[in-house]
Amino acid sequence: MLKARLKNLAFQLAALILAFGAVSIILISAGASPWEAYKNMFLGSFGSVRKFAEVLVAFVPLLLVTAGLLVTFSAGLWNIGVEGQVVMGAIVTTWVYRLFLESGWNPALIIVLAILGGMVGGAIWAALTGLLKTFGGVNEIFGGLGMNFVATAWTIYLIFGPWKRPGVASMSGTEPFPDEFSLPLLANLRLSPWALALGLIAIVIIYFLLQGTYFGLRLKAVGKNFRAAYLLGIPTWRYSLYSFLICGALAGAAGAVQVAAVYHRLLPSISSGYGYLGLMVAMLINYQAIWAVPVALLFAALNIGSIQLPIVMKLDSSLSGVLQGALVLFVLLMEGARQKLIKRAS
Amino acid sequence: MTQETLLIGLAGVLASAAPIVFAVLGETISERAGVINLSMNGTILLSAMGGFAVAYNTNSLWLGFLAGALIGALVALIVAFASVTLQQSQVAVGFVLALTCRDLSYFLGNPYMGLTGPRLTATPIPFLSDLPIVGVLFFRQDAITYLSFISIALVWLWIYRTRPGLVLQGMGEKPAAVYIRGGNVNALRYVYTIVGGALIGLAGPAFSLAIRAGWMGTISGLDGVGWIALAITIFGGWNPARAAFGAYLFAFLQWLGLVLQSTFTEIPSQVLQVAPFPLMILTLLFVNIGNTEWVERMLALLPEPTRKFFAKLLRAMRASPPAALGAPFERD
Repeated sequence: MLKARLKNLAFQLAALILAFGAVSIILISAGASPWEAYKNMFLGSFGSVRKFAEVLVAFVPLLLVTAGLLVTFSAGLWNIGVEGQVVMGAIVTTWVYRLFLESGWNPALIIVLAILGGMVGGAIWAALTGLLKTFGGVNEIFGGLGMNFVATAWTIYLIFGPWKRPGVASMSGTEPFPDEFSLPLLANLRLSPWALALGLIAIVIIYFLLQGTYFGLRLKAVGKNFRAAYLLGIPTWRYSLYSFLICGALAGAAGAVQVAAVYHRLLPSISSGYGYLGLMVAMLINYQAIWAVPVALLFAALNIGSIQLPIVMKLDSSLSGVLQGALVLFVLLMEGARQKLIKRAS
Repeated sequence: MTQETLLIGLAGVLASAAPIVFAVLGETISERAGVINLSMNGTILLSAMGGFAVAYNTNSLWLGFLAGALIGALVALIVAFASVTLQQSQVAVGFVLALTCRDLSYFLGNPYMGLTGPRLTATPIPFLSDLPIVGVLFFRQDAITYLSFISIALVWLWIYRTRPGLVLQGMGEKPAAVYIRGGNVNALRYVYTIVGGALIGLAGPAFSLAIRAGWMGTISGLDGVGWIALAITIFGGWNPARAAFGAYLFAFLQWLGLVLQSTFTEIPSQVLQVAPFPLMILTLLFVNIGNTEWVERMLALLPEPTRKFFAKLLRAMRASPPAALGAPFERD
């Protein structure tokens, strides 16, 4: 048992070394020093309180999305449409804000309504993909991708059309809300402790939902063997839809946080790609909720740290994506190699 | 709109569809062999950047296209290795590569942003280009567009009219049968995935050396093309001719969007550019809905003449994926 553990660890370590090795070669071929690049990324994310607060700002939506994806992955679904569900959450949150801004109601109530609205928006968008899958036979990957493009187009339509700024519409988004409608932030930072708490509570709930409830057990049965679960009398299509609804609601919450705490308006790229990045986190942690927090934090740190690269080293900030991708790719490959070795040994 | 401008517009549609044609043909071959290459979106971006960089440095267009195809083949090799040899999830590996190759293209392409490099120009074919209508449409294109026409015919002939093509059809449906008849399923899967990847890789330089010459990084507007091509492959029902038709239909809709935009100026251009996506979802729905259980149950309830009509209609639209798509093959 211990030997198997050690072997596992060795394979994961090898994946880590290979990923950093590959990215270092890419950096050298681009004429940059790998050591300098890694150092700047580290300092860019952990170098000061302000920078670390930015890491946490990116961490919250990433964690929410990952928590949601753990549910759909448990049900055996590839919810690639999560990106559009984040966008839809942001749209509905902005919409609720616009409805109640002039109402004179208590801002706290409006903020809660806006975030709940965002969750409903994300859930509805996910349910559409789920319905396309269960009743239309459209694979969730392709349906989801299409829905992503539609959601993005909708954002742009709103920003340039009905919700455009007085004067001239631009890619800088809609008119920002007054400060009192923002989720309360820490002094001089964009970080909201409420948002952080929301993300952490979400992952804890999902952990217990999947590990400790009958619902989670049935969901995993559906994911492991759809046919067998159906024959055992589990209403499979209903469980698929539930998982879409839960994931959509959490993705919608991520979009809502982007609007209510970070940007205070709707932007064309409001999701910042956190939906797709969440898929990468979920794959890297092998769909185990227990690892979601550290890995989401690492990915958020890479994203924020890479912002330094164009400024300090004249390198493109997409290096973070290359490094994240290399990590996931090599972990997948090494896992395959490990399974192959086990099979050969037995 | 005069007849002349309409013809030139339609000829432009045929040219601008060329990269998507390569991509859907490549994906069709790969999926026919049982391997989904989900990396397409990243592959196209990386080969667009790489093809442009090579052509810029060597001043040779052909080396640029070759580089694009090689990059596509290399990415496909990783997909094949992970899914065929290591038996990992094709979707997972493909998705990771889709994102990683995209970011890699932005990272490595940074120094090439906005540079002017070589660009493929039209080569009208003597005599044929003077024919009325067809001359303008088909015979005043550039070399890569001609190649896209030829590729459609070649891939179609290969799959439906040759012996190895018959084996290819079998591999997606029942790999065990191919194995029993002495075919090496896994080796063939490698070959077809890599050839398909090379075709997908041609799509990149077809953009960066012909249609939208140059490399513009994140604002090049290429991000997303690969996902569309993936949807078109399914729309095409794994038939190369039907997939190519889907590519042309898509290019036509985009062109129509541009034309309509000058008439309906109040609609933002970004919205019309994505107009094909909802249509794509709808077509996927039509293509797939005939496969679902509840539709069959509903059909059974209909009175006979109507039932026959609807069943026929659904069957005509239906496209079922190769049965063994995505599943690893083991001898025992």
